[in-house]
Amino acid sequence: MTESILQVVGLGKRFGGLQVTRDLSLDIRRHETHALIGPNGAGKTTFINQLHGGILPDAGTIRFDGVEITREPVHRRALLGVARSFQITSIVAGFTALQNVALAVQARQGHSFRFWKRADDDRRLQEPAMECLRLVNLGGRAQTMAAHLSHGDRRQLEIAIALAMEPKLLLLDEPMAGMGRDESQRLVQLLKSLKGRYTIVMVEHDMDAVFSLADRVSVLVRGSVIATGTPAEISADPAVQAAYLGHQH
Amino acid sequence: MTLNLIIEQVLNGCQLGVMLFMMSAGLTLVFGIMNLINLAHGSLYMIGAYVAASVLAATGSFLLAVLVAVPAAAAVGYAVDRILLRHFYRRSHLDQTLATFGLILAANELVRMIWGATPLAMPLPSLLAGSVSLLPDLQYPVFRLVVLAVGLVMAGVLYVLVTHTRGGMWVRAGASDRTMAAALGIDVSRVFSVVFVAGAALAGLAGVMAGPILAVQVGMGEPILILALVVVVVGGLGSIRGAFVAALLIGLGDTFGRVLLHPALGSMAIYVIMAALLALRPGGLFPSHA
Amino acid sequence: MLDNSQQTTLRPSASWSGQQSLRRLAPVIILVGLLALVPVLAEGLEQPFLIRVFTRVVVFAIAAVSLNIVLGVAGLVSLMHAALFGLGGYTVAILAEHGTTELLVLVPAAVLGSGLAAAVFGLIALRTTGAYFIMITLAFNQMFFYFFVALERYGGEEGLQVFAPLDLAGMALGGRTTIFYLCLAVLLAVLVAGTRLVDSRFGMVIRAAAGNDRRVSSVGIAPLSYRLAVFVIAGAVAGLAGALLVVSQTFISPAEMSWVRSGDLIVMVVLGGMATVWGPALGAVVFLLLELLLSALTIHWQLPFGIIIILLVLFLRDGLANLIGALRSGDGGRGHD
Repeated sequence: MTESILQVVGLGKRFGGLQVTRDLSLDIRRHETHALIGPNGAGKTTFINQLHGGILPDAGTIRFDGVEITREPVHRRALLGVARSFQITSIVAGFTALQNVALAVQARQGHSFRFWKRADDDRRLQEPAMECLRLVNLGGRAQTMAAHLSHGDRRQLEIAIALAMEPKLLLLDEPMAGMGRDESQRLVQLLKSLKGRYTIVMVEHDMDAVFSLADRVSVLVRGSVIATGTPAEISADPAVQAAYLGHQH
Repeated sequence: MTLNLIIEQVLNGCQLGVMLFMMSAGLTLVFGIMNLINLAHGSLYMIGAYVAASVLAATGSFLLAVLVAVPAAAAVGYAVDRILLRHFYRRSHLDQTLATFGLILAANELVRMIWGATPLAMPLPSLLAGSVSLLPDLQYPVFRLVVLAVGLVMAGVLYVLVTHTRGGMWVRAGASDRTMAAALGIDVSRVFSVVFVAGAALAGLAGVMAGPILAVQVGMGEPILILALVVVVVGGLGSIRGAFVAALLIGLGDTFGRVLLHPALGSMAIYVIMAALLALRPGGLFPSHA
Repeated sequence: MLDNSQQTTLRPSASWSGQQSLRRLAPVIILVGLLALVPVLAEGLEQPFLIRVFTRVVVFAIAAVSLNIVLGVAGLVSLMHAALFGLGGYTVAILAEHGTTELLVLVPAAVLGSGLAAAVFGLIALRTTGAYFIMITLAFNQMFFYFFVALERYGGEEGLQVFAPLDLAGMALGGRTTIFYLCLAVLLAVLVAGTRLVDSRFGMVIRAAAGNDRRVSSVGIAPLSYRLAVFVIAGAVAGLAGALLVVSQTFISPAEMSWVRSGDLIVMVVLGGMATVWGPALGAVVFLLLELLLSALTIHWQLPFGIIIILLVLFLRDGLANLIGALRSGDGGRGHD
């Protein structure tokens, strides 16, 4: 459990006059669930974006599973095993739930320059995709257009897509955002079932969820990590309380 | 190539450049502020030229022709915007492209019905018709110098308006970030209406200026529209400064391409410039959207 | 800008899924079957010129179907399709001018030429998105147009006539009926291949990228190479259509590749409906017959035509194919999900 899979060293990013990531260093251990918390504007989503590849940092390095990926494009990181759910759900609205997942399955099976065989009839795509949908309890919605799914179901679908990528690292950006009580409960259950099998880095504002799911927590303030530790250590840390928890409660 | 020929072609290129600037200023701001692709911008240029030719034929006064044609183009622009284009502000680019494509077909045919299919001539008054001697062996048409001067004055006026006035600040704010501008309390659609009409007037003016140099004919708006689109793309969508620099670049590139190269290749010169620039800077010279 | 391009493409891609193979091909079979009757009817009515008219219709149907793979499926508003179409035509005409008359050489050359041009200019244009892409493809279209206008050696503005009779596999190409059926067979092949393509793994990727580019790269697929591939495939088929145009009318002029023609092709696609592979073929039929009808009624036919295009965009945005689908399923609305 102590082997690290992701090493971030001295990461920096500036947007115009605004330093959004500031000398950020962080180690993520294999198969841990690691929560990132911090006040609004602390740079959590920007950091996730830099891990995912949507934003390239100005300074610092990111090593993932022994490979430096600091400047790799999104799709290459995805093939290396970085999967992500977005703060604002990102799915193909015009596809069924199953097709959304099948797309991720097909990405793992090499190039998609195959022009003749119908993807919907391809058991090598459909079966693994269906498996992932069942994992997130969406088996019954496989043929529903993603556009017609409820908000909670779409979040689950995004996680199914991520799982279909056979990821080594799951980046979850506010997975509970905009969910009702029941929906978040379901999602917490789902994430608990994944815990220990995947390395998960999640940004989350729901502290109950964070404290029940995370093995370790890092606190981001103004673009830097000010503390990392177990949930108990973090909630007891006076610096954290001053910088962050104080605002909230 | 002699020095005189080079000077003459530089002047020609700059003159085409300022015409293109007058066309593309409206186009680029309209796109920047309202995210609207208006392919029918060239039709306003055509209308300016036709109205000017008619007024000139009726009265013999070139000044009067300008004074009638420019407001006429502005008025047509206003009407088209209010009646049709406002329905398309929030539609997809495909819908905008198609609707303004239909508009071009209809406008060309209307002009043909009103003025006939034969090209009109725009004879210049004697004051503007001659040539002046710029250098011992270099004669240059007065009217082309006038076009160049008018274009530069217009560019100067626009520059001052956009960079040094409150209205201009609204325009810049609208063109770089519409949502932000609206949040700051700027009435973006009012600003847009003014910009659209001003752009139409400039297109009309460009049409009047082109009339005596090129033939006044149905479909004259499309070639200049394409060049103006190239200017807008090269300059960076929504950037007035980019439009000016790109207009001169394209004007000179087109002129020298035609002089120096085989005609089939010369006609491609500006597209090669465009492609090369975009390969280096996909957002144009002065990208205004991040 | 991104939002807008997604808007354009969300609807069409919404409707591709979940239908069985044969049912998807039924409209194709009906459409091609009806067109196959044209020569019989034309002879029966003693109006043989109709065969020539419909050969042109079929050729443009091929071009429109190929454009829709770019426009409706991949969500790329390209205004350079006429240039790729015309380039195919010029390839045939110029090679014929130099003595090559075998279609088995001419047609592949046209396909290759247009595909290559699509690859080169697509690579540049695809670096951009949204409105930039529209304007750049429009500019590239005019680049080709002006190139052939200025190319005096091959007719310039006047166009180029093919005088030599063309052969197919060493045999003289027959009369207009044979040519019509040849073109129709190509249309059928393009429709079937197109239907397979949009349902294939490749089709899934380009449809997904049209709807949500970020999602595609996030699962590990770089959308650019797939977009370029689709642009090249469609360009090659446009070249094929252009080649057939020259085979059937033994003439090509720059007018066939002006940007107005690109606009016409987009109108055909939208008129027929972007949500199906066969819709644009129907659009081409209706478009060209409407053009024929209006121009018979008045010399100022472009005025009503322009107005019809505007009304089409305002009121029949989902196209005729969707209208037919809605009428058939009797729900009066979007019957294609």
